[in-house]
Amino acid sequence: MTEQELAFTQDELDEIERIKAKFPTNKAATLRVLWVAQEKYGHVKPEVQNLVADTLDLPRSHVHGVASFYTQYYKEETGTYVLDVCTCLSCQVCGGYDILHHLEDELGIKAGETTEDGMFTIQEVECLGACGYAPMLQVTNGVYANNLTKEKVDKLIENL
Amino acid sequence: MVEDWKSYEPLIIPDIPNLHRIEVYEEHDGYRAFRRILDNPEEWSRTNVTNEVKAANIRGRGGAGFNAGLKWSFMPQPDERPRYLACNGDESEPGTFKDRNIFEFNPHLFIEGALIAAYAMSVDVIYVYIRGEYIDWVRIFEKAVEEAYEKGYLGEDILGTGIDIEMYTTYGAGAYICGEETGMLESLEGKRGYPRIKPPFPAQKGLWGNPTTINNIETLANVPLVINNGADWYQSIGAEDHNGPVLYGISGHVNKPGVYEYPAGMPVEDLIYDVAGGIRGNKELKALIPGGTSTPVLRADQLEGVSMDSNSLRDAGSMMGTAGMVVLDEDTDMVDLLWRITHFFHHESCGQCTPCREGTGWLEKVLLKIKNGEGEIKDLDLLLDMTTQMEGRTICALADAAAWPVRHTINRFRDEFEERCKKSVHAVA
Ligand SMILES: NC(=O)C1=CN([C@@H]2O[C@H](COP(=O)(O)OP(=O)(O)OC[C@H]3O[C@@H](n4cnc5c(N)ncnc54)[C@H](O)[C@@H]3O)[C@@H](O)[C@H]2O)C=CC1
Ligand SMILES: Cc1cc2nc3c(=O)[nH]c(=O)nc-3n(C[C@H](O)[C@H](O)[C@H](O)COP(=O)(O)O)c2cc1C
Ligand code: SF4
Ligand code: FES
Repeated sequence: MTEQELAFTQDELDEIERIKAKFPTNKAATLRVLWVAQEKYGHVKPEVQNLVADTLDLPRSHVHGVASFYTQYYKEETGTYVLDVCTCLSCQVCGGYDILHHLEDELGIKAGETTEDGMFTIQEVECLGACGYAPMLQVTNGVYANNLTKEKVDKLIENL
Repeated sequence: MVEDWKSYEPLIIPDIPNLHRIEVYEEHDGYRAFRRILDNPEEWSRTNVTNEVKAANIRGRGGAGFNAGLKWSFMPQPDERPRYLACNGDESEPGTFKDRNIFEFNPHLFIEGALIAAYAMSVDVIYVYIRGEYIDWVRIFEKAVEEAYEKGYLGEDILGTGIDIEMYTTYGAGAYICGEETGMLESLEGKRGYPRIKPPFPAQKGLWGNPTTINNIETLANVPLVINNGADWYQSIGAEDHNGPVLYGISGHVNKPGVYEYPAGMPVEDLIYDVAGGIRGNKELKALIPGGTSTPVLRADQLEGVSMDSNSLRDAGSMMGTAGMVVLDEDTDMVDLLWRITHFFHHESCGQCTPCREGTGWLEKVLLKIKNGEGEIKDLDLLLDMTTQMEGRTICALADAAAWPVRHTINRFRDEFEERCKKSVHAVA
């Protein structure tokens, strides 16, 4: 899609107005509007960041700075499903790396890569606040899959 | 130390089905504390509420253990500026997973606590900042907020008193540093989460330069309990100088990991062996990280008679932190563990301060070398030396939090680290 073709719908613009109303400045809405954009396009590549900046009437450099700081924003296109495997403290000691390596083997890619068919991206991430359900992963910034075993991981990929 | 904990009935997360729904919460005396204050504004003046909470000694559950009421008292007298309460639901300290239980199981207790805090400090707007990964819990919580608005507990002219308080929920997008209170303020302002230099403290200069207080979600959930039952009652729960209910998040090598509510001051061994069902596979306990990654690890032989409160843990050589306990069994590789911890801090350093940005990177690099069997004994001393160069020299406490585990893990498991190092040329010769 070219930059000219990017635009928010009226519904999305209404949503953006509701977000702006929570804060005394437009700038404060930056993170939330980046989320709206990511939900729509599946990523916030530079041209999407520009759309956010222009919609909020903010310097484009500001929005680029914010987008690059936060890890949940996808600055590049990803697979349809992003598998965020936690290997941090509690997950590490409960087999988080085994889960990660199993996934890498099954999908034939390394963490940070996307499968050729564009279905899956694997990422290794820091603690997701589910340490009591370790090892675990999160699917595309959404659902948590807890207490993983290799079998559970296989089933998860099959069902996605 | 608490001994009679077996009869303890949870107060923050009681076992009541559907408590997250406002009708159920109200049936169980929900919003009674807030109503009581509004109905008796003389008895419960803003100052009296603050003093009661201060006397109760609610130690901040975000990890630093600061007395909540005392912090509220730092807010300046109201002037023409807007005033804010920013609630910290960023919960990113590895080993910590408790606040989400409040969002899920008892959100109104927290909302009521935040309302009481807002009343006490004459706050106009409450922001609730939740980590972006918790989007499902954000949605659950937003429903509770909606209900509270519908019932007139939030918004304009609350319950006909003429008091206006708004509550806005928002969320992050992945960055541990946004849990540091001033990093969170920057993020709320829509910027990168770069912590600010303190002083000025947020009470003087917080959100958009206006008076702001930051409290953790669990801290605020304790407030209605204090108003309903009094500071003396609250003081009587738990340990001396560290009291009240605590959500213990227990993870790692235990049979029954999870979040458990018990008084502060619980015996560590009871938590591990009774509450969390003991070590998996009947293995031996090797060590415990008592309150999230940044709190120093304790060897099993350092845990005898230790309880989960700030005094006991300090004497043992650690800290309470977030009470996110990571239990480690005999097979745990402490070198691998420490390397992964430093990887975390390096990844999460915001990069503003040289000792932190460079220090965390070097810690990770040297530990990777040792992990791969290519380190030398002198690298261990280099690591220890680096920790002293990082500590206390930065804008926020992340650098300290990165330095402490390195120092204490190496000192407390020195043999294991030395064994992993190459024998020096001299030793071989
Ligand atoms: N919950 C979590 O996920 C995490 C928690 N932590 C915890 O955070 C702790 C460090 O937090 P900090 O906020 O840096 O601790 P701190 O000790 O600097 O501050 C604690 C609170 O007291 C206030 N305060 C302290 N001195 C004050 C004064 N003189 N005047 C006015 N207000 C004052 C601060 O503003 C802050 O709200 C660590 O001990 C760690 O356990 C760290 C990482 C993550
Ligand atoms: C690097 C860093 C990360 C932090 N992350 C959190 C967090 O995720 N949640 C939290 O409540 N406090 C966190 N804190 C502590 C806050 O700065 C602050 O002390 C706390 O939110 C105050 O609330 P309390 O007094 O009610 O505990 C963090 C501190 C540091 C230094
Ligand atoms: S200590 Fe580290 S995380 Fe904190 S402000 Fe400095 S560079 Fe950023
Ligand atoms: S360490 Fe994996 S969720 Fe906390």
